[in-house]
Amino acid sequence: MKFRHVGSQEERKIELQMTPMIDIVFQLLTFFIMSFKIVAQEGDFNIQMPLATQQQGLPEDSPLVTLHVQLRADATGRLLSSGGIVVNGERMLDSIEALHNFVIGVVGGDEPSARADAEVEFDFDYGLHYEHIIEAITAVSGYVDRSTGQVQKLIEKIKFTPPAEPAAS
Amino acid sequence: MRLAGKPRSGARIQEGDMTPMIDMTFQLIAFFMVLINFSQTEQDQRVMLPQSVLAKPPERPLQHPVTIHMTRDGSVVYAGQELATMQRLRPYLVNERMVLEGRGRPMSDATIVIRADRYAQAGVVQKLIQLCQEEKFEKFALRAKEDFGP
Repeated sequence: MKFRHVGSQEERKIELQMTPMIDIVFQLLTFFIMSFKIVAQEGDFNIQMPLATQQQGLPEDSPLVTLHVQLRADATGRLLSSGGIVVNGERMLDSIEALHNFVIGVVGGDEPSARADAEVEFDFDYGLHYEHIIEAITAVSGYVDRSTGQVQKLIEKIKFTPPAEPAAS
Repeated sequence: MRLAGKPRSGARIQEGDMTPMIDMTFQLIAFFMVLINFSQTEQDQRVMLPQSVLAKPPERPLQHPVTIHMTRDGSVVYAGQELATMQRLRPYLVNERMVLEGRGRPMSDATIVIRADRYAQAGVVQKLIQLCQEEKFEKFALRAKEDFGP
């Protein structure tokens, strides 16, 4: 039996052509570097807010505690520095931090049911900057526990009053 | 005159070792492939979101998100195009509603994601919400940028 003798002729080293592969790899690398963009993470505040119906009386899951929070703006759209937040029409607060502390005082105990039964209804001035809406929602929704890094929830039921008309200038 | 002679026996062409470079390049490609985020199409450079420490990315993607942008001056941007008035958004909302109804899914499956500029007026944002409510949408997600604090 005759075997093929590989090295009978001139011995050749078979080399892979690396150049096309390196070309395409560098093109891929360039594409990903060019399209790479560091973007801050985004999150949502979920609000369940169907259009109000003409039902009479209280719905079945009516909350036990309802806070009516009014946020008032100055002419530039910023939150009024003095008495900019009015809770339940009587309690005037000067800052978002004060609102946060107030909410903790109302529902921030160890009773989870108190938080579940609470609801906040926001009433914003027309010209108020949207960032103050987010600040107010953040203040009543919860806080980040510094020791554990976990989010402690306060009030999850949030709704808005119908939009007011812009103030005449 | 002798210009060039035959290579001596045993002389070899010096080749650089490409292996470490290719390894490194593939690792770089893998790194960028993992981190690339094509969902930036949902974002809009005209909108500067407010910040919140509680704004955490959702644990699971929304079922049927409808993303609406609002610029500082109250203009509504939908699907990359700026609408002349807010009412121009209504046909798009009707379309989204019909898509849901066509699939036999309830309106509670849809979420209106509002990406409003931090300096947009609260009243205009509320009017946008009201417009969506009139088209039977009931779930809203107010989007904010994550704030890592001091």
